[in-house]
Amino acid sequence: MDALKQELKENIIEQLNLEDMTTEDIANDDMLFGDGLGLDSIDALELIVMLDKSYGIKLTDPKEGRSIFESINTMAAYITEHRSK
Amino acid sequence: MNTNYHIKSFCSIKNNQVSLNGSVVYKDEENSFSQFIKAAYKQQNSKYPKFFKMDNLSKLAFLAADILLKNENLSKEKENNIAIVFSNKSSSLDTDRKHQESIQNKESYFPSPAVFVYTLPNICIGEISIKYKLYSENSFFIFDSFNATHLLTYTNSLLSSNKANQVLCGWVEFDDENNYQAFLYLVSTKGTTKHNKQDIIKLYNT
Repeated sequence: MDALKQELKENIIEQLNLEDMTTEDIANDDMLFGDGLGLDSIDALELIVMLDKSYGIKLTDPKEGRSIFESINTMAAYITEHRSK
Repeated sequence: MNTNYHIKSFCSIKNNQVSLNGSVVYKDEENSFSQFIKAAYKQQNSKYPKFFKMDNLSKLAFLAADILLKNENLSKEKENNIAIVFSNKSSSLDTDRKHQESIQNKESYFPSPAVFVYTLPNICIGEISIKYKLYSENSFFIFDSFNATHLLTYTNSLLSSNKANQVLCGWVEFDDENNYQAFLYLVSTKGTTKHNKQDIIKLYNT
């Protein structure tokens, strides 16, 4: 699980072009949206694509993303349970 | 129509060089456009993290506009009545190509929402407007080449009809990393350079 969390941080920084950020700057329980990393709605769509492309998870209802993308911890838990690759 | 308008300031970015009012403020001839524009942004101390998420055309337009507008002491709270009139030849073609590549293979079909949102040239106007709270008139025209006459006429019309107090206008073109140029200038009642076709063309060619 720790390796997955590290991988997620690296992917998020790269995919979302968080240029001034390193993996050390993201705590596992940091809020990804709002006051945390400050991601926006386009970032949310990118994360949905990332789940599909990297882990074979298709989110049919974007509203599901709200709880899944709450933090690195919630993302890692969801991916571990639902991944097909 | 009042034509007593002036070019208050102008910024040019081409050949990995940034100039403000004719003076070079940043140069980096060694690196690719991506590295150059990032280094120029950092050197200008623009501090706007969303810059890194923009496409190449928006980065080019944003940096040139930022260099001009940050000297204007604009209000961060209230609306600033500056219109934007941009133009280019290649529209958003550079980003259009990237999007097209991502949907080319039906077996690996992962279009990026962050790329797709930039598949219109006027998105770069939105990026500038968001940072500087500009809610005024804006237009993006596509021409075969730089069209000083059209920019002059359109800008004078916006100013004389009181649609805007100032107009940020010019040419922002990005076809690929070796073929790009930004030439933006701010037109108002202040300044020393006359706002006429000859002077616009002269500054464009400097």
